[in-house]
Amino acid sequence: MTAFQAGADYGDGRREEARGPAAIALDHTDPASKRIIVGYGFWIFLLSDIIMFSAFFATYAVLSGETAGGPSGKDLFDLHNVAIETVCLLLSSFTCGLAAIGARAHNGLMYYGGMAATCVLGLGFLAIEIHEFVGLIAQGAGPSRSAFLSAFFTLVGCHGVHVTLGTLWLLTMIAQVFAKGYRADILRRVLCFALFWHTLDIIWVAIFTVVYLFGAGA
Amino acid sequence: MFGKLSWGAIPFDQPIPLFAGAFVVAVMLGVIAFITIKGWIPYLWSEWITSVDHKRIGIMYVTLAAVMLLRGFIDAIMMRSQQAIAFQSQGYLPPEHYNQIFSAHGTIMIFFVAMPFVIGLMNFVMPLQLGIRDVAFPTLNSVSFWLTATGALLINISLVVGEFARTGWLPFPPLSELTYSPGVGVDYYLWGVQISGVGTLMTGVNFVTTILKIHAPGMTYMRMPVFCWTALATNLLIVAAFPVLTATLAMLTLDRYLGFHFFTNEAGGNMMMFMNLIWIWGHPEVYILVLPAFGVFSEVVATFSRKPLFGYRSMVLATLAICLIAFMVWLHHFFTMGAGPNVNAVFGIASMVIAVPTGVKIYNWLFTMYGGRIVYATPMLWSIGFMVTFIIGGLTGVLVAVPPADFVLHNSLFLVAHFHNVIIGGVLFGMFAGYTYWFPKAFGFRLHEGLGKAAFWCWFVGFYLAFVPLYVVGLMGMTRRMQHYDVPEWHPWLLVAAAGAAVILAGIGFQIAQLVVSIRDREQLRDVTGDPWMGRTLEWSTSSPPPAFNFAFLPHVESIDDYWRTARLAERGLGPTVEPVYKPIEMPRNSPTGFICAFFATFAGFGMIWQIWWLVIVAMIGAFATFVVFAWRDRTEYEIPAEEVARIDRANRRARGEALVRAEALS
Amino acid sequence: MSSTDDYQPLHGADHAPGDETMGRHEIAEGVVGYLIGLGLAILLTAVSFFIAGTSLVWHPSIPIALVVLAIAQIGVHLVFFLHITTGPDNVNNILALAFGVLIVFLLIVGSLWIMYNLNQNMGPMQMPMG
Repeated sequence: MTAFQAGADYGDGRREEARGPAAIALDHTDPASKRIIVGYGFWIFLLSDIIMFSAFFATYAVLSGETAGGPSGKDLFDLHNVAIETVCLLLSSFTCGLAAIGARAHNGLMYYGGMAATCVLGLGFLAIEIHEFVGLIAQGAGPSRSAFLSAFFTLVGCHGVHVTLGTLWLLTMIAQVFAKGYRADILRRVLCFALFWHTLDIIWVAIFTVVYLFGAGA
Repeated sequence: MFGKLSWGAIPFDQPIPLFAGAFVVAVMLGVIAFITIKGWIPYLWSEWITSVDHKRIGIMYVTLAAVMLLRGFIDAIMMRSQQAIAFQSQGYLPPEHYNQIFSAHGTIMIFFVAMPFVIGLMNFVMPLQLGIRDVAFPTLNSVSFWLTATGALLINISLVVGEFARTGWLPFPPLSELTYSPGVGVDYYLWGVQISGVGTLMTGVNFVTTILKIHAPGMTYMRMPVFCWTALATNLLIVAAFPVLTATLAMLTLDRYLGFHFFTNEAGGNMMMFMNLIWIWGHPEVYILVLPAFGVFSEVVATFSRKPLFGYRSMVLATLAICLIAFMVWLHHFFTMGAGPNVNAVFGIASMVIAVPTGVKIYNWLFTMYGGRIVYATPMLWSIGFMVTFIIGGLTGVLVAVPPADFVLHNSLFLVAHFHNVIIGGVLFGMFAGYTYWFPKAFGFRLHEGLGKAAFWCWFVGFYLAFVPLYVVGLMGMTRRMQHYDVPEWHPWLLVAAAGAAVILAGIGFQIAQLVVSIRDREQLRDVTGDPWMGRTLEWSTSSPPPAFNFAFLPHVESIDDYWRTARLAERGLGPTVEPVYKPIEMPRNSPTGFICAFFATFAGFGMIWQIWWLVIVAMIGAFATFVVFAWRDRTEYEIPAEEVARIDRANRRARGEALVRAEALS
Repeated sequence: MSSTDDYQPLHGADHAPGDETMGRHEIAEGVVGYLIGLGLAILLTAVSFFIAGTSLVWHPSIPIALVVLAIAQIGVHLVFFLHITTGPDNVNNILALAFGVLIVFLLIVGSLWIMYNLNQNMGPMQMPMG
């Protein structure tokens, strides 16, 4: 029995009665299972990460007009690339979902296949983004050119760093299931990884809307 | 090879930092030598440094806070003495040095005294009060502590190698940009605070999850002690606010290291955006500091009034209201910077509104005391001292919340007096009350009461002596952070303030003496039963100190203050009569992950500060490798056999039974 | 170390955020959910890109339309990929999300309002010398 599942026995026969789910949902009178604890904890962490991104978003919104006489979004953004990046990430969220189902079902084909596809799509996204950044810097529109570009590179780059770390995590999760099987603690990490990856796609929705579509249009 | 680092980084030409630095290094080496010779290193390593036990981690946090309090207070003494003598004179601290001192003072006090103190108390007490065995993520807890320690270490290294920031405790641009602060001082600040900020954010995630998801059976949310509610609100604030600090400091770092233009003077940078973002973090931060203190007072006042806390529900609502409104007032830190009357009015009104839930709390504490049988033990003295002092500080806060008044008082010593009033009167008094109240639980013996009272009175009188003159002098127009001045009317007040600092020093002296004497006399002060104060909440049902597993059985909770209910039943002989069937308990394994992670973080931070890039890369690879090694382990828990659990629990029950018999014999 | 499958929480009280909602062997059911999500998301993305580039829509309404579409797509992600529902077993997850959304709103709207006012009240910018 794990520490958090110990029963309470005061020696006088009292026990926790079974109660309906609605009554318990808000009461939470027992320690939750590890999967819920880990999942919820990671959810809270992701919310803090979203708040960090919002700080970068707010800064981008405030500084997006400060081009210091240099190029603006309209001059720089190539929406075709953005569309391809978006499709890559969206499909990768789908394949990540397949991998999560595979993990749930202990189905190797779905799990490894889904994770591999997610990895390829994620790397594709990163390749396009790095290509874009290198191109911008080469034409003198690097982050030190103006406040707008500093904000752009930081916001979009921060997302890219998250995708990079996510890809490293992905590879680690493939290795861990391969080495240790569908163990409960490994599956909890797969849950966290899936949460992370889907959240990155949510943030990308905000980025392509606010940064690229607004920027290219304005 | 060594980036910007050279022998010139050591302040051989400045006697004061050189002496101070040499002293600190000598003390540190002395302590390490002492520990090594005594052979304590294996014990410290396996029982403390690698511990993932929330109780041990809590104690280490508070220890860190206490040590850094000494360092921060020495900075305060230097500032007070400088201002006492620097009337029409340069004093003894040149401006470049004075600026580092007030910056270090604020940075250390907020990030490395108040935060660790608050987090340490929550760490130790909250799981015990919830009736559980540990927090949600014990190893993460250890990582959080050691990252905080890394930050503190980096700040202290700046005393000996290089310099500290001269920009105040919040590094406003453009002064903090590379153009105007080309040295390493701001970088020490940035990396020290950033690294410890990551640790704090992890704590926030950890504690929110623990409080919302892990309770003893029967403990609904509305049966949690108020300290746990304030801990929840505090950690929600941490989760929400610290990411903004991380982002903002990262942006300043990018400006300094890679020539970005977030907050620079040129290329479109907007330094007011820094002000805006940093105070979006900064205001919730002060509530992060004070809410746990409010929680401590709720526990202490109820216990020492021998009454349940008045108005539990309104306390909970007030706490959550403070938590939400804390995010709606931040502009009051820069009323004077041009946002205009409409914006100022909205934030001014919000700042006054946030005083209301705090007022509700004060009334609840007063009504708790009313009709109770009050015991004037040291924790209760701190609480009463808090109520008087914090109300005054809050009133001056509502005063500066009025934008037209703030236009006169912004960045004057009136403001400095206000925030010290609420931080010392609120946070520090609360932490001292909590420290005295829970010390027996942590160590098994009480603190010497007489010395505790002496310490309180010195702090209380010293505080008013030190800070009321600052209110006066602020109203007379004195700005903060002045290295010298030539207005004769200010001088006598600053002399009184320096005297106040000396009285506080006496208070600290009494606290140190109290600790030494208590350790020396610990057998007379021994807490045999685990409940030295007639407590009301579950932590007092454990032995002092509690066993590693806290509770042999997770308690079955039926009401608020459930321990009070069961303890009174036991006194009347109505406690459990059947010895329970003991089961083995699984506890998380200790792990060196936290310490090793912080070890690499220290080198990464130092490398970043001095631009020793190979060191940064090596350290970051090391940190990543540590993480992977940790993720790869197979055995995460160890089992305490049932006989061991039984032996420990029986000893506690026996001690309590004997104490009951003794009490009956006396009555 | 427990190796039991701990997908089913004690007492059925709570749902881990992001966790799959189908039974362990109901693979098809799970896949269908993700397919619907993918389809909706692609649709919303395509409409967004179209609107941004077209002259068919009244110009000033484009930013609002894009924001609405983005929020809708985020909703699709939350429901179909993260399985966030409004059931009683999801209350804590929703509350946390709501808290996060509130903070994000305050941060972004507050910053924009404040910075706009600050910039308005700044005098005309001189060209910097350096």
